[in-house]
Amino acid sequence: MTVLGIDIGSRTIAIAILNEKGELLAGQVSDSGPRPLERAREMAGNLSSFRRIVATGYGRHGARADFATDLITEIKAHALGARHLFPSCRTVLDIGGQDSKVIRLDEQGRVVDFIMNDRCAAGTGKFLEIMAQGLGLPLEEMVAAASAGDGEITLNSMCTVFAESEVVSLLAAGQPVGAVARAVLNSICDRTQNLLLRLGIEPPVVFTGGVAAIPGLPAYFARRMGLPDLLVPPRPQLVGALGAALYGMKAKKATG
Amino acid sequence: MTDYRKLWSDLGMDLEKHDRLTSALPLIYEEVYLQQPGRPQAMEYFDLVVAEIHSLRIAELVEHRRRGGKVCGVFCVFVPLEIIRAAGAIAVGLCGGSQFWVPDGERVLPRNLCPLIKASVGARLSGTCPYFQSCDLLIGETTCDGKKKAWEVLGEYAPVYVMDLPQMKRPRDLAAWRGEIGLFLARIEELTGCRVTPERLAEEIRLQNRLRQALERLYQTRKADPVPISGKDALLVTQVSFYDDPRRFIDKTEALAAEAEARIASGQGVFPSGAPRILVTGTPMAIPNWKLHHIIETAGAAVVCEETCTGTRFFEHQVDETGRTLEEQLQALAERYLKINCSCFTPNPGRLEDIFRLVEAYRVDGVIYYNLQFCHGYAVEYYAVEKALKARGIPVMKVETDYSEEDTGQLRTRVEAFLEMLR
Ligand code: SF4
Ligand code: SF4
Repeated sequence: MTVLGIDIGSRTIAIAILNEKGELLAGQVSDSGPRPLERAREMAGNLSSFRRIVATGYGRHGARADFATDLITEIKAHALGARHLFPSCRTVLDIGGQDSKVIRLDEQGRVVDFIMNDRCAAGTGKFLEIMAQGLGLPLEEMVAAASAGDGEITLNSMCTVFAESEVVSLLAAGQPVGAVARAVLNSICDRTQNLLLRLGIEPPVVFTGGVAAIPGLPAYFARRMGLPDLLVPPRPQLVGALGAALYGMKAKKATG
Repeated sequence: MTDYRKLWSDLGMDLEKHDRLTSALPLIYEEVYLQQPGRPQAMEYFDLVVAEIHSLRIAELVEHRRRGGKVCGVFCVFVPLEIIRAAGAIAVGLCGGSQFWVPDGERVLPRNLCPLIKASVGARLSGTCPYFQSCDLLIGETTCDGKKKAWEVLGEYAPVYVMDLPQMKRPRDLAAWRGEIGLFLARIEELTGCRVTPERLAEEIRLQNRLRQALERLYQTRKADPVPISGKDALLVTQVSFYDDPRRFIDKTEALAAEAEARIASGQGVFPSGAPRILVTGTPMAIPNWKLHHIIETAGAAVVCEETCTGTRFFEHQVDETGRTLEEQLQALAERYLKINCSCFTPNPGRLEDIFRLVEAYRVDGVIYYNLQFCHGYAVEYYAVEKALKARGIPVMKVETDYSEEDTGQLRTRVEAFLEMLR
């Protein structure tokens, strides 16, 4: 029988289904919508066909109360998933829609420390989306414009709302789009680097979450942080769900 | 039957607003406390105290004042309660632990101030705390900057007396503190009109020592695995000690400790043996602030000790009882109180030693550093605590939070991830 991992975030839901051998049979990502639990059930399909259902993410407790057999935090889920995809991984950087975190692993892959951003959208996917709106560009084009642009203007505002008006006024003042896009990416990149530095960057670093899926962005981050590499899995939004499913493969008895 | 509404309105309280405050508490208490499995029987008394928190004890205070007695409100564990009682007054703790009072506090205080201060001031301004309303004198102290300046604001609403607490622990600071305690004694004598005699003070010193020992005895039982009493319940007992009649409190706490000891003898616990054991260290948790303990314990770990002012800092160290003269007794009081290791002092190496000792003694698996938002002293001191604990391989995590519920989801994730790390 198969194992289902389900990552219920505040913005998206991801599922991963593994067969007995631990191979990924299916993976899917979708918006959480107004009723995430219902959406999660729909995505999962026939719940009785799974040997275990492991929930993670913001909605894990709700899922556990409803249909899941186990739960783990997104910290552990991302650690398991990243380590599975990159067995030498020592640091996980996860930037999702509404939070970001850094997880430190030891040689055996056990979580030894972690840090999460505090109560604030700055430094998350939401920040990038809003800035891209201010620039009038889709996310990918914002990254492309930033990579092609130059100049060293900086955003002064830490707050997402003020940063957006700053972007708009920079454009109105005649700053080139590329330079403003750079300012946006540099702002979130420097913030991320601070988060990483607070735990100490131990390579290899695996970059997961929705923001890692934006084409060109991981390379931009690596360049600016002076890192040789940020390892990005093929479907970075799926790593949490994958980790949850992997936990289900190993777990012998129900937890929580 | 006492007519409490009359009693409250005689105290000048805002009854409507007070109804809103008290209507929320039973629900929260049910969820956080009464639903815990396997609680000791002797917790019944403390449940009753909370259920009647604005009535039974308040009636006692009112009766005491009717007979000409005085009530003093305190905000810090440095204030020597022995002196207040030896002069015939009753002491009550006034630290605010509820979000309910924060908006009222923010009417006069900056928003980026510690919630404990905002709630305490808000409680007075809103006229919804009968303890505040019953106080003839508020005793402040010069600890953190926020509180130091808040006394000036509170002074507009009630008489305030401020004790000048040193910020260092050199011999000259001890001497200064001893001097402060002498001034305090004079002020309290003036308030009550009663002279403090060595006999009366000796009696109160013994009583408060017994109260500390009762708490110590209860805490000792938390060293056992499985732990016989939850962290939430133990925290509640300490919180209640700030309000209750000391003699009754000692009896009830001794009874609870005895029950916990019997549980240890029969191997009975409130968490399965081997459950992760957490030490909480940091800023105080005033009633009804049970937020962090609730998150930790509903995630399956036991809080086994609090290195806080609503924990060990309140009851560790006894006052020497051999003093015969006031001079000797005041010196003994000064010495005992100055042993408290609060981050308001610089440097504060004693706190690190306390944490190491407690980690050992309570067989702690991980330390959670509790920092009320905008409490800078404790926030800065985290640097040293984290470094020292990590150097010894003891996992530690800091949570910075206030009284609101908005960050509960994130806190839960962080606490659960921390526990996953320990398991
Ligand atoms: S933390 Fe410091 S200032 Fe606050 S009650 Fe404790 S000793 Fe007093
Ligand atoms: S918790 Fe910190 S900021 Fe708040 S009253 Fe106590 S010492 Fe002051």
